Amino acid sequence: MLLALVLLLFTACTESAPQSTLEPEGPVARQQDDLFRPVFWIATAVFVFVEGLILLIVVKFRHREGRDAIPTQVHGNKRLELLWTIIPTVILAGIAVPTIGAIFNLSREPDPATRLDVTIIAHQWWWEVEYPEERVITANEIHIPTGRPVYFRLESRNQGAEIPVIHSFWVPKLGGKQDVVPGRIVHLTYEAEQPGTYLGQCAEFCGISHAYMRLRMIAHTPEDFEAWLENEGSRAATPDSGLAQRGFELFQSFPGGSCMACHAINGLDGAAARIGPDLTHFGSRETFAGAIADLTPEELRRWLDDPASVKPGAKMPDYGLSDEEIEALVAYLLSLE
Amino acid sequence: MATEVLPQRRGWTLHRPTATTGVWSWITTVDHKRIGILYGVTAFVMFLAGGVEALLLRVQLATPENNFISAETYNQLFTMHGTTMIFLVIMPLSAAFFNYFLPLQIGARDVAFPRLNAFSYWVFLAGGIFMYTSFFLGGAPNGGWFGYAPLNTEGGVLDVVRTHNMDFWVLGLIILGIASTVSAVNLLVTIINMRAPGMTFMRMPVFTWMTFVVQFLLVFALPIITVALFELLFDRLFGTNFFNVLNGGDPVLWQHLFWLFGHPEVYILILPAMGIVSEILPVFSRKPLFGYAVVVFSGIAIGFMGWGVWAHHMFAVGLGPVANSAFALSTMFIAVPTGVKIFNWLATMWGGDLRFKTPMLFAIGFVAMFTIGGLSGVTHAIVPHDTQQTDTYYIVAHFHYVLFGGAIFGLFGGAYFWWPKITGKLLNERIGKANFWLMFLGFNLTFAPFHILGLEGMARRTHTYPEGMGWDFWNMVSTVGAFLIAVSVAVFMWNVMRTRTKGEVAGDDPWDGRSLEWSISSPPPAHNFDEIPEVHEVDDFWHKKYAEDEHGRLAPAVAGGAGYGPSEAHAGGHGDGEHGGHEAIHMPSPSYYPAFTAIGFPLLAWGLIFSPALIVIGAAILLGGLYGWALEPSAE
Repeated sequence: MLLALVLLLFTACTESAPQSTLEPEGPVARQQDDLFRPVFWIATAVFVFVEGLILLIVVKFRHREGRDAIPTQVHGNKRLELLWTIIPTVILAGIAVPTIGAIFNLSREPDPATRLDVTIIAHQWWWEVEYPEERVITANEIHIPTGRPVYFRLESRNQGAEIPVIHSFWVPKLGGKQDVVPGRIVHLTYEAEQPGTYLGQCAEFCGISHAYMRLRMIAHTPEDFEAWLENEGSRAATPDSGLAQRGFELFQSFPGGSCMACHAINGLDGAAARIGPDLTHFGSRETFAGAIADLTPEELRRWLDDPASVKPGAKMPDYGLSDEEIEALVAYLLSLE
Repeated sequence: MATEVLPQRRGWTLHRPTATTGVWSWITTVDHKRIGILYGVTAFVMFLAGGVEALLLRVQLATPENNFISAETYNQLFTMHGTTMIFLVIMPLSAAFFNYFLPLQIGARDVAFPRLNAFSYWVFLAGGIFMYTSFFLGGAPNGGWFGYAPLNTEGGVLDVVRTHNMDFWVLGLIILGIASTVSAVNLLVTIINMRAPGMTFMRMPVFTWMTFVVQFLLVFALPIITVALFELLFDRLFGTNFFNVLNGGDPVLWQHLFWLFGHPEVYILILPAMGIVSEILPVFSRKPLFGYAVVVFSGIAIGFMGWGVWAHHMFAVGLGPVANSAFALSTMFIAVPTGVKIFNWLATMWGGDLRFKTPMLFAIGFVAMFTIGGLSGVTHAIVPHDTQQTDTYYIVAHFHYVLFGGAIFGLFGGAYFWWPKITGKLLNERIGKANFWLMFLGFNLTFAPFHILGLEGMARRTHTYPEGMGWDFWNMVSTVGAFLIAVSVAVFMWNVMRTRTKGEVAGDDPWDGRSLEWSISSPPPAHNFDEIPEVHEVDDFWHKKYAEDEHGRLAPAVAGGAGYGPSEAHAGGHGDGEHGGHEAIHMPSPSYYPAFTAIGFPLLAWGLIFSPALIVIGAAILLGGLYGWALEPSAE
């Protein structure tokens, strides 16, 4: 056990754990971590004391051959018992004070003048990301600027008559999780200090593909973030030749359906549905399908061929597209940068 | 077998069964000891089922992006693992010990309502069987043992596709709740009314005390979950909207109701094991329990405070800083009475003459492992950081240290401790020690890595995880540990089988025990006590054997002083209890009706899912059973 605890610290420092809570990369996560570490050491001290005492007792008072006398019958000791009631109480009170301070501190809303507002809508099993002021909509990959608090507004929605379920939004290196409860609007603040990609995932069991509801928080310098935002706000390009152009046509209508029934593309007339992810700048993303698949032609082919084989329970149907149709759609989707 | 049972036809319904051996004698028994054995055997079979489920989960998680089982199967297995271990293993294993030893420890001949006691067992068995039939009837429950709504209204009548997985879960838990409630009322009445003369509350053994506290928790906690379960059932079956936000329902309502039951439930699971440990440590330290009154009152304090901590399961829901602070405080301070118990146990051993028999190893293992679970529990109360911990493997580590390192270790200790009383034979010590050390090692290998995995961000209830997260190594270690636990359980079963044929005969009092059950023969006669003992102090039986001077020094009591009343003559060699003129002791007659009536519940439940015809049959059996029960003669 002791060994395990030592190893805990050891691994925390050496192994690469991109979703570790032990390596905070922002002020929110750091404040939470600063609270945990002293408590962890106090707990370790108590652990060593109690387990050490057990070992001492087991060795010191073990039965020895030839000893038949019955030990002195001690029924209790009021003073001792009072002592080991009061000492833990004092220790716990010492932990309680900074805890409650931090609870209230972290529940404060960041200043509206400096913060960035982002709306997250949790679906089964992906995240819709909306920058309300900038009128930008994307999915699963949340781009944020460094050095600026991001104030998330979290909602859970499903389509039509499907009852929305509870999810939990979580990027460990930036801070603790916040449940996304249907029917309620809740908020969470994260802030990243350094540019980089921070991994996260849904942390509340939400059905068959719960494990496949991942997300990425991509922090940029403020300048890079503005550039990203500008690109995202632009209308999608319309291909005018080749395979991508064929894909563009199929996107609007293929035998048996239309992608536009569920997916929006800013710049394509009639593509405004918000049932599935917005695909306006799909080609510029790193991943898709709840941030579980790398955005490569092979993965995209696999997905279009049979979504549920990549992600059980996926709401996107298998349309029985031909290989030729899939190739064209892949070319078009990847052109949406 | 059945032929000797069948009565002369004289109005079958109003006849009481007479079989004393064979299958029918077990089905119709109302003897608390036999019912205890039935509970124990059933719960152990369920322990194996829950264990196999756990092994399948661990194989799936041994490597990243594994495809050993599908996401759907994984969800069914983790749901059934949790539900099984809590409702079909730890609760009934505790009930096995309550049933067998509670009457013995308070010097009673049976529980207050023997037929009701049998009924509790049969309803429990019916509920367990009902829930497990789901595997063959469309798929097992797949929404988690915590059954969060509105996820678990999926597949209800409002959904596009109707599925029955969670119908089985809801209805199964309702049936199991009936069994537990009935049993709790029965044991409460037994403890309050049937203590032997002189057995005041503050002379009761600590196991009896913890049993008493647990029955109160059950009586008050089960109605809460039952209300929640019926709401969920109505949402699923009739399209009500308790939890459907689209029509104004509230998902957080489920969480409050569930955890207001769920946290007392944790103490329902752990307090019996604490009671068992409080019996074992004094016996093998050859010292009385240190601070009896403090241990009892801290148990009661835990029972009370357990009602005020439920929202610590909900720190990420967004209840607001005031509620979170209040529940952080209550969660921290419930650690105080728990810590007091640990120090009292240590002080019990301090200065003792420790004999490391297998029960003692499990009891010390309990104290050592439960301490770890308690300490990680305190870190959950750090609300801001709990939002990092909750729903990760760190939590899974915590509650396995409490419920496996705690409850299961305590229950295994109890099994080794009381086995000679129940069967008359001692389990083998060497195999027992192998059992303990394998389990201890396997347990830590399985669950200690979960602390690391959780803090490194591995979320619970995920059927797989990607490569490159830094989780591969510890997941593999954990899977290896899980199989070591399986080996230790196999060693236990081997020990049991071996003891049946080659076990050493135990005698009445193999451990030099302290409480009344050790004053009677092993196994005890049907009527328990030839003469109801009169109790003068805590550990009365011990003080019959040893006199204590004012300095706490002991000497064996005057020869022949052991035992209670006229049974000395019987101990002197005049045959066994069956022929000692005890026919005059009136014991309750067996009955068909508890088992018969219990059959009605699963039929009703299957009926609600599949066919109204079954509802009619189930209701008829239930009603007929109750009438037969009421009208049967009091004795044959």
